[in-house]
Amino acid sequence: MIRFAHLFEALDQSTRTTDKVNALAAYFAEAEPLDRLWTVALFSGRRPRRAVTTTELRNWAAEAAALPLWLVEESYPVVGDLAETIALILPPPDRLSRRSLSGWMALLRDLAGQPEAARRAAILQAWAELDTAQRFLFNKLVTGGFRVGVSQKLMTRALAQATGHDAAELAHRLMGSWSPEMTSWERLIEAEDGGADASRPYPFCLAHPLESAPDDLGPPQDWRAEWKWDGIRGQLILREGRHFVWSRGEELMTDRFPELARALDFLPPGTVLDGEILAWDGIAPLPFAALQRRIGRKSVPKKLLAEAPVILLAYDLLEWQGRDLRSAPFVQRRALLDRALSGLPPDAPVRPSPLVGFDDWQALADIRTEARNRQAEGLMLKRVASPYHAGRKKGDWWKWKLDPHTVDAVMIYAQAGHGRRATLYTDFTFAVWDGDALVPFAKAYSGLTDAEFREITAWVRSNTLQRFGPVRQVKPELVFEIAFEGIQQSPRHKSGIALRFPRMLRWRRDKPAAEANRLEDLKQLLDPPGT
Amino acid sequence: MARDPVLEFTERGIYCPAGGFYVDPWHPVDRALITHGHADHARPGHSRYLSTTGAAPILRQRLGDIMLETVSYGARLRIGDALVSFHPAGHVPGSAQIRIEVAGEIWVVSGDYKTVPDGLSEPFEPVRCHSFITESTFGLPVFRWPDPAEVARDLNDWWRDSVAAGRTPVLGAYALGKAQRLLSMLDPGIGPLLTHGAIETATSVLRAQGYSLPPTVAVTPETDPRAHGGALVLAPPSALGSAWMRRFGPVSTGFASGWMMLRGVRRRRAMDRGFVLSDHADWPGLNTAVKESGAEKIFVTHGYTEVFTQWLRSRGLDADIVPTRFTGDEAQVE
Ligand SMILES: [Zn+2]
Ligand SMILES: [Zn+2]
Repeated sequence: MIRFAHLFEALDQSTRTTDKVNALAAYFAEAEPLDRLWTVALFSGRRPRRAVTTTELRNWAAEAAALPLWLVEESYPVVGDLAETIALILPPPDRLSRRSLSGWMALLRDLAGQPEAARRAAILQAWAELDTAQRFLFNKLVTGGFRVGVSQKLMTRALAQATGHDAAELAHRLMGSWSPEMTSWERLIEAEDGGADASRPYPFCLAHPLESAPDDLGPPQDWRAEWKWDGIRGQLILREGRHFVWSRGEELMTDRFPELARALDFLPPGTVLDGEILAWDGIAPLPFAALQRRIGRKSVPKKLLAEAPVILLAYDLLEWQGRDLRSAPFVQRRALLDRALSGLPPDAPVRPSPLVGFDDWQALADIRTEARNRQAEGLMLKRVASPYHAGRKKGDWWKWKLDPHTVDAVMIYAQAGHGRRATLYTDFTFAVWDGDALVPFAKAYSGLTDAEFREITAWVRSNTLQRFGPVRQVKPELVFEIAFEGIQQSPRHKSGIALRFPRMLRWRRDKPAAEANRLEDLKQLLDPPGT
Repeated sequence: MARDPVLEFTERGIYCPAGGFYVDPWHPVDRALITHGHADHARPGHSRYLSTTGAAPILRQRLGDIMLETVSYGARLRIGDALVSFHPAGHVPGSAQIRIEVAGEIWVVSGDYKTVPDGLSEPFEPVRCHSFITESTFGLPVFRWPDPAEVARDLNDWWRDSVAAGRTPVLGAYALGKAQRLLSMLDPGIGPLLTHGAIETATSVLRAQGYSLPPTVAVTPETDPRAHGGALVLAPPSALGSAWMRRFGPVSTGFASGWMMLRGVRRRRAMDRGFVLSDHADWPGLNTAVKESGAEKIFVTHGYTEVFTQWLRSRGLDADIVPTRFTGDEAQVE
């Protein structure tokens, strides 16, 4: 655990990618195989079963620190992280344990399901044997939320550097459902990749946003365009007579979308499709609100299945007849995809996402303006000759989104941020005018610089009207330009509307609150203009 | 018969009716007793100032031609009906707590203080009193300072490692107090110590007073950094990331503050390294100071006033918040 704590410190301290990769690579080169395996698991978001609730942790920590619970609770928002708060309030350890990372993981695994007294004793003992840095990590392992600013890509690079294997191949090996208990370092990283798990997905190819017009991309005939759908990116795997659905976040979603099981009736085993899961009315996508009802539901009631059925609009074919196609050029994969999906009946849960034809960039720019009417967010541009990259690689895939809607709104509530921004007011609630009243309609917490947040924080402190716990009601004076991707009716909100992805574009210091937008302005956006 | 309290909390600051003076007032007054030279305590515009002999040179340097009387630590002065003395606060060189006695009742304004010796400031001295006015900048149990010897080791390691990696370490620190404390912790055997103008000014004032500080080289527009290979640069926080820093080529930035205890703050500062080093008392220090004052009444100011007050009350102490107009960003005050 000491070595793991050093690794964490090095990763946390540096903002430079090369430093992080070097620290990881050095760790992978010298740590014990089982510790390495756990490190890969933790950094790729695989978490152990939770043995202890956060309420138990708070109570035991207060007890061990001889502090009243309310004082622990008051400290938490300042620190912004429970694991860290607890690590800091505990008295210094009386001895230091030499137990390894995997040793602690085994201890935690065995704790799950034990009576409270046993779990409490084990946690208190662990705290008494760890210094602050290790305690913080231990608490993170206990609570299961382990985010360290190490992307999967970065970790894969370090693994490649340490093992000499190809990074893209390693990325593929790390996909899917495995856990340190089911495998070994040897099997996961080193062995010939023969009997891979049938459910294992490929790393998703990701696009970069296109910031300007596509004229610089070269001749239009080198490119293909598709609609950029506003759904859930998913990979549908059909192997050995079973099917698996993976999200881009590597979450297995098979049970959430039972409709997709019928793909087995129409497509042969050894097929892997990349596409967008959308709620579908038989001809076109339903508004995102319909799909939203399906998100987060582990099992789907019949009624909902009927009201918001989903399909996969496929735009790429990654595996066909058991063969990995990713190195083939896009046009070839696309041609195979169209062939594989041609002639499927209209009730098949998989359809090809159509290509959008265009002769020159101006024509495509005109087509893009129709995206909202088609329930799309814009266009995707894919280079004809491009392979299916693992991860985000600049140059071959671009997303060309519509410009967001914007509105000028008044800040009425402010709340301190978490973690990195625990000492700043960064989470704001915004309102627009409805007659003489301000109605809240959106919350946003990103889009400004730290310097601006600091200035606003000082302003909030001296312009607070009322405090509700951590939230301050402030004088309705500051105006911000809010950008958002979509808007829909929402009876649950006071304003009657809900926005998608609201964020602050800029602080409108030039605008008095009276000149902020009105609720009518927003409601006009509800009905897309007729075509 | 009801008497005036020894001290009152007014719009202008802490006021002693028996002596007709203020302590660290915010607005111009006739007579101001100053605990130390930090800008949030020593403000311009008062008619007469009183400080310790040790704090005076900095006050003169910062406030210009002021009418300033000085007094040694421990010496008793009569001002009106009040008996006044200054006692080491351990915060920065020359800093003081002010003891005020009126008709046998003793109050202490501690100003900013820390209880752990820093090797440079006159060490904090507990002063028994009836009422104790304490700061609470770090008045939460998550603040517990590491051993300064360990911090010194980390600092010097970082200096060496940065130089070895071809980067100039630039360490951000407040010009008065923190900067000199760091100078006294850094190992001049590693390389030269370069200072930003604001830091050099305070450093040379303190050096002239006889505080033991290593030699420093002030960075001027003519300074060629290549002539000072292996150097560490000390700069005020405002200079970090500014155009001023460009002259040093590739740098590794560090910052020393009690707030570096919090991972969130460390990350927000976007520094390469954060060092936990504060000139304020940590949680154990605050509690020790309150206890050793023996005071039956505690007034809490400057920091986590609500939480620390509630904590003291839960321990059976009579504690209250000092009403204040302070509205700055807590994290910016040091
Ligand atoms: Zn101070
Ligand atoms: Zn202060």
